[in-house]
Amino acid sequence: MSDHHKETFITKYIFCQDHKMIAKQFLITGMLMGVIGMFMSILFRLQLSNPGESFAVLEWFLGDKWAPGGVLDPNMYLSLVTMHGTILVFWVLTAGLTGTFANYLIPLQIGARDMASGFLNMLSYWFFFGATIVMLISLFVESGPASAGWTVYPPLSALPQAISGSGLGQDLWLVGMALFIVSSLLGGLNYIVTILNLRTKGMSMSRLPLTIWALLITAIIGVLTFPVLLACALLLIFDRSFGTSFYLSDIIINGEMLHNTGGSPILFEHLFWFLGHPEVYIILLPALGLVSEVMSVNSRKPIFGYKAMVGAMMAIAFLSCIVWGHHMFVTGMDPFLGSVFTFTTLLIAIPSAVKVFNYLTTLWRGSIRFTPAMLFAIGFVSTFITGGLTGLILGDSALDINVHDTYFVVGHFHIVMGLSAIYGMFAGVYHWFPKMYGRMMNKKLGYLHFWVTFIAAYGVFFPMHFLGLAGLPRRYYTNSAFPMFDNLTDINEVITFFSIIGGLVQLLFIFNFFYSIFKGTKSEQNPWKSNTLEWTAPVERIHGNWPGEIPSVERWAYDYSKPGMDEDFVMQNVPLKEGETEH
Amino acid sequence: MTNILIILVVFLLLAALVQVIRVNELLSELKNQDLNKVTDKDNKIQATLFFLIAGVAYLALVLWQFKNWGPFLLPPASSVHGAAIDSLMNFTMGLIIFVFFITQPILVWFVYKYRKTKTKSAYYYPHNNNLEKIWTIVPTIVLSAVIFYGMSVWSQITNADTSESTVIEVYAKQFNWIARYSGDDNTLGAANFRLVGGKNTLGVDMEDIKAADDKITREVHLVVDKPVLLRFRSQDVIHSAYLPHFRVQMNCVPGMTTQFAFTPTQTTAQMKQQEGEDFEFILLCNKICGVAHYNMQMKFVVETQEEYDTWLTGKKTLSEKLLTQK
Repeated sequence: MSDHHKETFITKYIFCQDHKMIAKQFLITGMLMGVIGMFMSILFRLQLSNPGESFAVLEWFLGDKWAPGGVLDPNMYLSLVTMHGTILVFWVLTAGLTGTFANYLIPLQIGARDMASGFLNMLSYWFFFGATIVMLISLFVESGPASAGWTVYPPLSALPQAISGSGLGQDLWLVGMALFIVSSLLGGLNYIVTILNLRTKGMSMSRLPLTIWALLITAIIGVLTFPVLLACALLLIFDRSFGTSFYLSDIIINGEMLHNTGGSPILFEHLFWFLGHPEVYIILLPALGLVSEVMSVNSRKPIFGYKAMVGAMMAIAFLSCIVWGHHMFVTGMDPFLGSVFTFTTLLIAIPSAVKVFNYLTTLWRGSIRFTPAMLFAIGFVSTFITGGLTGLILGDSALDINVHDTYFVVGHFHIVMGLSAIYGMFAGVYHWFPKMYGRMMNKKLGYLHFWVTFIAAYGVFFPMHFLGLAGLPRRYYTNSAFPMFDNLTDINEVITFFSIIGGLVQLLFIFNFFYSIFKGTKSEQNPWKSNTLEWTAPVERIHGNWPGEIPSVERWAYDYSKPGMDEDFVMQNVPLKEGETEH
Repeated sequence: MTNILIILVVFLLLAALVQVIRVNELLSELKNQDLNKVTDKDNKIQATLFFLIAGVAYLALVLWQFKNWGPFLLPPASSVHGAAIDSLMNFTMGLIIFVFFITQPILVWFVYKYRKTKTKSAYYYPHNNNLEKIWTIVPTIVLSAVIFYGMSVWSQITNADTSESTVIEVYAKQFNWIARYSGDDNTLGAANFRLVGGKNTLGVDMEDIKAADDKITREVHLVVDKPVLLRFRSQDVIHSAYLPHFRVQMNCVPGMTTQFAFTPTQTTAQMKQQEGEDFEFILLCNKICGVAHYNMQMKFVVETQEEYDTWLTGKKTLSEKLLTQK
């Protein structure tokens, strides 16, 4: 296939339809957005630990208008919080994670030459790129970027009079999101079609690696729920620009009586969280998939309970679509609904517990090889337990009353969703880097990156639970207006300290990544001694993945340390020996 | 000038890093090793680090935080339903701390014990249906208890009997709170946002006879042990009325009325004795509402019936306030 058409610079690196290049485009765009989003968090952490103090770095980056005299402006504080959330949730952990690994791994692991539609795939990236540009432009508009929180609840986000960020910044935010959703849908449809139709000979659904199962389930919930967010955003655009009243009613703002009646902001919340909660699992499931693969390979053991793992992911995905109301326990929603959502929400703990126990059993009596990827995979289990457990408090409507929208929530979701997903993403990058670039990432820098990240991340997010239990609301510019929070300064200083350390060490990762692309030591074809099909493809990137025939699949992906075999791994394309039974 | 210096330093650091990696690479070439291959020594070091950092240090620091920062947490609830929430919280917290201190050590121990060594090989163990049944069924049973307990507290809170409650309106707008007492008839007069203007800050409909005795105040006083029903409205965006000491929170949504019923059990004076002279019950805004969101507050005072009567009797009714000027 590769010699049929000549590749120019443009078709190879820019308007490329090869899934491997598109994956790299997603990864690098996601990484750059990640640096921007993370850097924003450090800027607002400075204000939170040292309210009202002057920092040269703030003035340098934000200028006189948004940081007069080096003190962060409250409007800009809210903008930074909003954009940090938006960028990390959608740009890094949705597009950066799924966009990268779904594009990269699906064709290679199921034995396909490319995605079902290379053109749609390319379009998906370029919609994402457009969304990125619009979002970045919104950082530079006169009235400031969107600042109503990443959940952009109206009326705050609908009325330019309510907050300065609800001007042009909010319009660009909505347009950017709409483009982003189109990109997600194009990608998602492509992933589903590819997995269902392009599996190679012998690759039955029950032989799919768990990464592919995770990506398939992610794509399905994405395709079902992202359109609702699109509708939600469009209605908000209508309310903002065309005088409709979907979300607005009985409002006097800045002394001006608005004509809108009959709408409801709660409608927005329902529509938003109908995507918003599955979104958490759109972020988490790919990480679960990547971690399953990395953990099995590096424990030299089959993943424990393959079928239960698939079943648990399906259960999580199904339940994730009927729990959105737990974000709305204190909106005045019918108390009966509160009970129903408590019930469905806490049920998610069951498949999650099954996954954790299966991971632990996978490690049990393994022969664990500590690659940087494996460390991140183990770190994932640690954060998934820590963060998952506090979900039992937030999912319980009665308890949620007092911790809703406090730092307890911030701590919880950063650990269970933010850290877990980013650890899964790091595990994936370290593990598949040799496949992507034919070179190895530096191991020692990888170790350093893991340990500093692990310590700093817990240092940032664990103390937040205490802030929340002390009653401190999130999104406060400073807590100095309330004497009851005066004794929390120490905790805030600890958090800021670790956030700076944790932020800086990510630059080491970025350095390692780009250095290794050009200068890393050359990789063998199958450096981790893995079973899956991507490692049967040659190291060089070729359009079409395999030079000759596509290998056919003879067994599942997890025959590690199988008794009676010559080596401690058996690749998926090796036929069963005589008398050998499948797992 | 400083900017140029900073950029220079960054470049020098980068160059140094590259050189360190190069030296490392050349050294391992000399020794004929693959620099990025994971060795037995690596496995030993990383497993030990994991044991010490993710195991010992992490768990010790979690305990340290409970000990040192525990005292900063909110004092026990000052309301009847709040006590029920606190019990449920203690139960759930106990459960998750228990599970945390079982699963994290297991993870750390497995990671340390089953590191790769020259002698050991991995055990092929793809599944065991009985084990998997156990850890599906046990969490199901435990969670059923949590769900059942949680739902019973929730319905107790949301189905509170409000027939005896004093009705008070809490009105939110950027960026302060206003309260309206329902007066002797214990019924709030009707209100409409179109009537807001001039002195009528809440848009109360003065043609409604029930509005005449309503009183507007800038702080809320409550009688200890007497049930109260707070009714919330908002003028502009979504706010959230958060009274952490009473374990009360309810959103204030423009276009609709929400409510929360509770009974305070501690007076401000009692709390001052326990928590120090600076203590006040405070109403905070807990839903991002604009630039001064962080400073939207109102004082709540809980006192005896006599103190309450003295305070409230001194306030003008709405009819005195709004109708006399005609």
